Amino acid sequence: MSADIAVLGAGMHPWGKWGRSFVEYGRAAARTALADAGLEWSDVRSIVGADTVRSGYPGYVAGATFAQALGWQGARVTSVYAACASGAQAIGAARAQILAGLADVVLVVGADAAPKGFFAPAGGDRPDDPDWLRFRVLGATNPAYFGLYARRRMAVYGDTLEDFAQVKVKNAAAGALNPLARYRKPVTAEEVADSAVVADPLRLLDICATSDGGAALVLSSMDFARSRGVADPVRIRAVSTVTPTYPRTVLDLPDIATDSVTAVRPAPGSFRASIARAAYEEAGLGPGDLSLAEVYDLSTALELEWYEDIGLCAEGEGAKLVREGATALGGRVPVNTSGGLASFGEAVPAQAIAQVCELTWQLRGTAGDRQVPGARAGITANQGLFGHGSAVVAVR
Amino acid sequence: MERTRTPVVSGWFTEDGPDGAGFRLLGTRCSACAAVFFPREDAYCRNPHCPGDGLLAEVPLSPRGRVWSYTDGRYRPPAPYVSDPEAPWEPYTLVAVELEAEGMVVLGQTVPGVTVADLAVGAEVEVVGGVLNEDPDTGTVWTTWRFRPTGGSA
Ligand SMILES: [Zn+2]
Repeated sequence: MSADIAVLGAGMHPWGKWGRSFVEYGRAAARTALADAGLEWSDVRSIVGADTVRSGYPGYVAGATFAQALGWQGARVTSVYAACASGAQAIGAARAQILAGLADVVLVVGADAAPKGFFAPAGGDRPDDPDWLRFRVLGATNPAYFGLYARRRMAVYGDTLEDFAQVKVKNAAAGALNPLARYRKPVTAEEVADSAVVADPLRLLDICATSDGGAALVLSSMDFARSRGVADPVRIRAVSTVTPTYPRTVLDLPDIATDSVTAVRPAPGSFRASIARAAYEEAGLGPGDLSLAEVYDLSTALELEWYEDIGLCAEGEGAKLVREGATALGGRVPVNTSGGLASFGEAVPAQAIAQVCELTWQLRGTAGDRQVPGARAGITANQGLFGHGSAVVAVR
Repeated sequence: MERTRTPVVSGWFTEDGPDGAGFRLLGTRCSACAAVFFPREDAYCRNPHCPGDGLLAEVPLSPRGRVWSYTDGRYRPPAPYVSDPEAPWEPYTLVAVELEAEGMVVLGQTVPGVTVADLAVGAEVEVVGGVLNEDPDTGTVWTTWRFRPTGGSA
């Protein structure tokens, strides 16, 4: 039995700062995805919403909120929260329902209306919450963690500020070709170097912005796709949502400390690498099969780490890859052909879904000026706060 | 107004070390598997391989460690970090330190005056007490831990 499911439709609301509710972005993305699939909302018997902690209760119950905005029609509903991995968990829940035979076709939606500036923890005094504590005790923002990773790479692998800037230059060039991206202007290395330092060694243009945006997918069983006359759809072959293994030795958001190694020797390899490994194992393919990848470039330096973690190169060789142009459009294995978070910004519950939208368009051959010729397989990689893995493998 | 020194989080550090060494971070240690936790874990051992039935006892952590990485905050962080919005923002320096005995990495601010230019990955630092902020309304001086370079090389 094949474990594939079909991507019948993909849709987004353009990223930006639009000043409207996340519900509006999600509804627009959902309707675009439904139209792309050639389906009516009333044809869909299950909806999965990726939650946002903002916007109060409607954000916590996004599945029902989107269902109400589209018009109540009695569909099964699911709401999932996993921070930046919420979108992947939504896809994972939809896939499980399809493979279990609970639903033929499922609508997956994620959207956000993010505040400007640093993300902050939910309000109130909550000293039991690690996310609250890292701000109260240390003032440690998300970019502070990105700065720690970047500085560590410079010390251990010899990465330079110019290597980091090159990632922004590459992603901005791809984003300039994407009408759904928030930033559509090419960026030069000089502009990155001239931007203000936020968290040493990272500058403003090394770090992704916060944004509004929405993304949606219509997923179905292979039988349902065939019954609709779609013989050769883009297929999702794997969804990885793994957690870390103890002891976790790399400091990660939102923790103040890692695990001790006094009881158990750490296993080789990083948590981020294990996210991709689980997806490859499930899909039965490897990095050598990839035509492209979408990875979570919260910072330029972090994108280089993902190259290593998804197996495009050995540990420490990420910078070499970007220097060679291997991950740029036209390179051996383009990464973030959409423009990435560098061009989109973060709309947290939408982003992992948006990554799969980009894979879908690339694998269909409809990605326009940023098309990777003959794309056959792609992976998305992402990570959610508190140890949520997220990777999706799609093939054609 | 009388000023009261209060730890920003209770039970995470002591200024009276067991051996008279002064300031120490405090964690807990599982008696069944020897796993150490910081911030302290008092309810259960988080090692999945732990044989179980251990007691979690308070333990002082290594007073020294090596710099794993470092950064700074050039922009004012949001609440609940406390800073005077009227005063110009003074960047703080953050350092992630791999503790000698526990092999765990602990994040902290450096003592005031230490910038990223004074740090290097692998350099030795020690933990000392410091003041996070003072609340003029209540007279509370919120104390915390800080890291300070010892001058030991990488
Ligand atoms: Zn134990």
